[in-house]
Amino acid sequence: MGEMEQLRKEADSLKDQITAARKAVQDTTLQEAAAGVTVVGRVQMKTRKTLRGHLAKIYAMHWGTDSTLCVSASQDGKLIVWDSITTNKVNAIPLKSSWVMTCAYAPSGNLVACGGLDNMCSIYNLKGKDGNVKVMRELAAHTGYLSCCRFLSDSEIITSSGDCTCVLWDIETGTQKTVFAGHQGDCMSLAVSPDFKFFISGACDFTAKLWDIREGQCRQTFGGHESDINAIGFFPNGNAVITGSDDATCKLYDLRADQELITYQDSSIMCGVTSLAPSLSGRLLLAGYDDFNVNIWDALKAERVGVLAGHDNRVSCIGVSSDGMACCTGSWDSFLKIWN
Amino acid sequence: MNCVALPRMSSKTHSSNNIAHARRTVQQLKIEASIERIKVSKASADLMNYCSEHARNDPLLMGIPTSDNPFKDKKPCTIL
Repeated sequence: MGEMEQLRKEADSLKDQITAARKAVQDTTLQEAAAGVTVVGRVQMKTRKTLRGHLAKIYAMHWGTDSTLCVSASQDGKLIVWDSITTNKVNAIPLKSSWVMTCAYAPSGNLVACGGLDNMCSIYNLKGKDGNVKVMRELAAHTGYLSCCRFLSDSEIITSSGDCTCVLWDIETGTQKTVFAGHQGDCMSLAVSPDFKFFISGACDFTAKLWDIREGQCRQTFGGHESDINAIGFFPNGNAVITGSDDATCKLYDLRADQELITYQDSSIMCGVTSLAPSLSGRLLLAGYDDFNVNIWDALKAERVGVLAGHDNRVSCIGVSSDGMACCTGSWDSFLKIWN
Repeated sequence: MNCVALPRMSSKTHSSNNIAHARRTVQQLKIEASIERIKVSKASADLMNYCSEHARNDPLLMGIPTSDNPFKDKKPCTIL
């Protein structure tokens, strides 16, 4: 037997082992375990603020950790930092490339980042001496578009790319610390664990991967989706991962049981999920869809308990503030809305 | 998804790349197969417990009284 054939057999055998090991711990389902839990009552939220100012589709938004400021990115070529309570624009940052697909707010509040079809992640210092917001660093090495970025601190950021890799960067030196390779399709989204030790990525190979940041290794791979994964997030306790896909479903995977526990789907929903965010307790899952709506799911019962309807085009991004007080949606209709 | 055209390789390079890739795949699967797994009953119970323990501190779940809602415009009272 040639080595190639041997390796193929070994790979198949290992895949069977993983399937069997997952089945061996499947003594129940989340559906069964939560049978005695009452579905959450109908959730109704209102638009409290509309953030107006972008002139084109909004592709991304991210809350600052103070739960008041947030940053948004639009293909009008601007990053805007908003005070979500007053609706004032704190900063309006013109970008070199208008083809932006992602943005992020550093936990410190000092930096924001963005990137897109320029294949780069640009870091901006909001707290520069002369008050002007300037590009601090341009992180260039990806050979595909930048789909998502998230700061670990003011000195480190993780990016995901259409080149199928994710990268941990040293912002100070502008160099790649670690390349996380393994996905077989464009990486579309990433999320960092609450303890900052792991991150998860969702890709166009229909899988989500859990990565150990310091070891530089993929620990687990989750399949089951039937199309591209566009959105990914951690359940608040860091023990589960939620994905949103073009297959019109969201799924919850438990990290310690190493398997999918539940799927959030409805026969009436036939369009892709673009974005998602859990509420503070994890009980509610808010997911943005191509059909201009946000569906609110009871995360334990997988039942739809509310809808946020108010945008006139696709909801491209969503985020729940750190104190859980508000949900922000961004849309191709050029507006951001604050709901609670 | 973009297809990147690869430079033409000799069949020897091509097959050794395939083998290297297959070795990496097996290596990765070994890592993923070796992890410890907990029972779904425990995983589910922990998720449910987390939700119930934090429910009353979840503003979007519990609803926010107007006086505590920084995003709600409080209408001024007019004294007639």
